[in-house]
Amino acid sequence: MEQVGQRKIDGLWLTVVGTAVLFFLILPTLIVIPMSFSGASFLEFPPTSFSFRWYETYFTSPEWMSATKTSLIAAVLTVAIATPLGSLCAYGLHCSSPRIRSTAQILVIMPIVVPVILIAVGVFSLYAKLGLNYTLTGIVIAHTALALPFVIVTVMSGLQNYDFDQELAARSLGASRAYALWTITVPQVKFSIQTGAFLAFITSLDEVVISMLVSGGENATITRRMFNSLRDQLDPTIAAISTCLIVVSIAALIGVQLIGRSKNVDN
Amino acid sequence: MSSAAQSLPIEISSLCKAYGPVKALDDVSLNIAAGEFLTLLGPSGSGKTTLLMALAGFMRPDGGSIRFGDREMIATPPHKRGLGMVFQSYALFPFMTVAENVAYPLKIRGVSKSDQKTRAERALDTVQLGGYGDRRINQLSGGQRQRVALARAMVFEPQIILMDEPLSALDKKLREHMQIELKALHQKLDATVVYVTHDQREALTMSDRIAVVNHGRIEQVETPERLYRQPHSFFVADFIGESISLPVKVANDTAQLNGRVLKSDLPIAHGSGGHRLVIRPELLEVTSGAVPETANDLSGRVNDIIYQGDSVLVMVQHDSAGQINVRVPANRAGQTGLPSKGEQIGLALHPEDTIIVPEHVS
Repeated sequence: MEQVGQRKIDGLWLTVVGTAVLFFLILPTLIVIPMSFSGASFLEFPPTSFSFRWYETYFTSPEWMSATKTSLIAAVLTVAIATPLGSLCAYGLHCSSPRIRSTAQILVIMPIVVPVILIAVGVFSLYAKLGLNYTLTGIVIAHTALALPFVIVTVMSGLQNYDFDQELAARSLGASRAYALWTITVPQVKFSIQTGAFLAFITSLDEVVISMLVSGGENATITRRMFNSLRDQLDPTIAAISTCLIVVSIAALIGVQLIGRSKNVDN
Repeated sequence: MSSAAQSLPIEISSLCKAYGPVKALDDVSLNIAAGEFLTLLGPSGSGKTTLLMALAGFMRPDGGSIRFGDREMIATPPHKRGLGMVFQSYALFPFMTVAENVAYPLKIRGVSKSDQKTRAERALDTVQLGGYGDRRINQLSGGQRQRVALARAMVFEPQIILMDEPLSALDKKLREHMQIELKALHQKLDATVVYVTHDQREALTMSDRIAVVNHGRIEQVETPERLYRQPHSFFVADFIGESISLPVKVANDTAQLNGRVLKSDLPIAHGSGGHRLVIRPELLEVTSGAVPETANDLSGRVNDIIYQGDSVLVMVQHDSAGQINVRVPANRAGQTGLPSKGEQIGLALHPEDTIIVPEHVS
């Protein structure tokens, strides 16, 4: 009896602490949502009046729209490059000897470990020589480098749960390596690839440090413009944009989850 | 099955593969006849799976030659070798139905949809899974999955089928049943089968010939019976069947056990590290009186008697050689009456059963 009681108290503690952590993690994010519907011309919480005017400002401003477009194009291109590249890299590492794999894994994870500001400075000075600063190409390349580790790590963990004999079986049955990879392996690590693609998308969309240095002018990303806007004039447009970004991110996450679930029902 | 496919002989010569200082394949040469059921038998890490992977094309050897019929295969990628392969893990594709799994090799070969269907059905019939085509893989038992893997490996009528411990994941009863079934299936198919296992009993049951692999080398290739009765090395004698062994001295082709000459009809193989007498418990004869002149006398005092259901194991303490086990079939033991503990009994080892092997093959 005492033990059961003790366990109940432990469970209560866990619930309290867990809820508190969630609260502090999510609340600052959610607070921008009511703020974005404020009628006042400065950021206030709780808002005293309700209006859509800041959304209107956002969607009618050519600067904001251009930045949004840049960010979305950069994110889509980053996904388009990082996903196949990272997946193939993960596949290659999975197939190579343990010694090569462990060394290469460290190199591949590097962009996550190294402080982004260092990468940003490095990329900036390299791009200065190559003439890639303030270009979309430059942003996409830098974002791809940042996103690759996420794709590689998720796809590698997916491959770990996959019986690789299946691909060997397919090859022994007459499938070329590429055909076996495409028809047998990829369908079974699809969810990992989709998760990797999602992380690549978010990595690019959220990225601010590199964008601060490398993007600009016509090709300024939305995060860069938001940052500048925070410094110059603090109005609720930022909150409206943040709300839109949250909606886009959550929509993408739900999309990946739904695809994943339909796949699980299949099996 | 159509008569177009004809089994191919396999010729392996001087195959080598090293992983750092470890020789996984050490100058392996082996000829496998067309239509033969050959088993690669050895402990784990012996190199038997490496050899199979070399045949399949998944492992590139450092040197040597592999020929299927008159075609050199050493540089041919796996999908162009025309092999059927069955894996230990079955390696079925879980997101496809049974029929789709079996039809996969046909689909790759551009066989028409309707032909795919009939041939897949026929292959499933052959492995007694007719009507299972629409099932999903996770709806099948282990034995059924194994049959699907078999059907998939033979549906395109390959001339050579490789099997990598295909039965090791099954329980004992089902495994023994599948051994008989696989053997019967091999007789129906016109294909050369190379089978890998570490289970000596399985190898003895199924094979035309067994190649015993140890430390990346083939110790002996023989029919099951000859391998059992005339092993060439202590490793082979010890790995196959139950036995105890005693050190003997060999000079001028005669062996001596504790100073007494051993009578043997079997040739004594040469090697290094001295020789051993291998005694199989079921080949010893318990004599009622004195041991006949023609046999080797291993008489001693009964130490213990262990009933094991199908047989009785009598443990005999020999004066100089130590403990020797004798296996007596349970029915015979019932008729003749068992010796009692402490009784002195006669033990005869006949010359045709007197196996003397070198410690190591040279």
